[in-house]
Amino acid sequence: MTMKPTLKPMILALTLAAALPWSSHAAEYRQVQADQSAITFAYQQMGVTMDGKFNRFTAQLSFDPERPEAANATVDVDLASIDTGSAESDQEVAGKVWFNTPAFPTARFETRSVKALGDHRYEAAGQLTIKGKTQDVVVPATFTAQGKAGVFEGRFTLRRGDFAIGEGPWAKFDVVANDVQIQFRITANAGE
Amino acid sequence: MTTHYTPVAKALHWLIALLLFGLLALGFYMQDLPLSPQKLQLYAWHKWAGVTVFLLVLVRLAWRVTHRPPPLPEHMPRVMQLAAHAGHVLLYALMIAIPLSGWLMSSAKGFQTVWFGVLPIPDLLDKNRELGDLLQTVHLSLNLFFVVVLIGHIGAALKHHFIDRDDVLTRMLPARNLEP
Repeated sequence: MTMKPTLKPMILALTLAAALPWSSHAAEYRQVQADQSAITFAYQQMGVTMDGKFNRFTAQLSFDPERPEAANATVDVDLASIDTGSAESDQEVAGKVWFNTPAFPTARFETRSVKALGDHRYEAAGQLTIKGKTQDVVVPATFTAQGKAGVFEGRFTLRRGDFAIGEGPWAKFDVVANDVQIQFRITANAGE
Repeated sequence: MTTHYTPVAKALHWLIALLLFGLLALGFYMQDLPLSPQKLQLYAWHKWAGVTVFLLVLVRLAWRVTHRPPPLPEHMPRVMQLAAHAGHVLLYALMIAIPLSGWLMSSAKGFQTVWFGVLPIPDLLDKNRELGDLLQTVHLSLNLFFVVVLIGHIGAALKHHFIDRDDVLTRMLPARNLEP
């Protein structure tokens, strides 16, 4: 065949390209690094911004920047690990009218679909379940590759009233606001 | 010779006195309440009133250093005069230190003070549970000390009025029958 002489350099070029570090585009991020991840929250209490965090949560995710639409994630937050800043409040929010932690120990977010918005920005549509109530939420996130690790960061607002977080005397939003900003940073290492 | 405090000094004295009694009562009452929206509301009001008193005390101090108060009665022994001055210095010092300790405690506990829900007072301290608990003890101790000094202040005023029968108490009262 007369094509043979032109095919050889092409194969060579492809082999070289595959060997270069930037071409490792098949990386899939799925090993969550708990110590480099955080989930925090903030809300308004009589005009004062209050914040806190959850000390324990687990996340399973798989994300390939080349195929974001195939990505999925499940995050389980251990509600008993809440840190509101005071022991009295930590105890209070575990109670029936707040999270009712003994009956509903975890909050879960599960993705249904992931959309790339360009410029490292993504949108994960999914379901958030807290205290036995499930709501559809859209969570915007950015993805940054940092060496072997990938960092997902984002924030969204949930309305505590949608999940009956704070019932009875707390049901009104004049002292503790309805909107709660959830902020997250999840670090995952690339696997094979 | 002035025998009365100036109307501004009197107004500040009684306004601050009224607010302080409210603050003390509210402070001791609210700390034992179970967590509820009412409790959070009371804490917010206590902090707003505390900032207000702090500012009024600053105004009062400025007035005090620019306006000489009427002198203490001649009949008072030197040592009692010194005690009276020391008591007043202590009252001023506590009226400054107590709101400061409350503000720092709020900062350390992560509850920023937003005056009347509008004006945020900067947090000088980062959130720190141990420091917050320590400052809570400081705030409480200063207040207990303040109550003791206040009892001395009121007791002394009443002694001047009913036992010494001088004008030390009346010259801080509204001037009903100001003689020329």
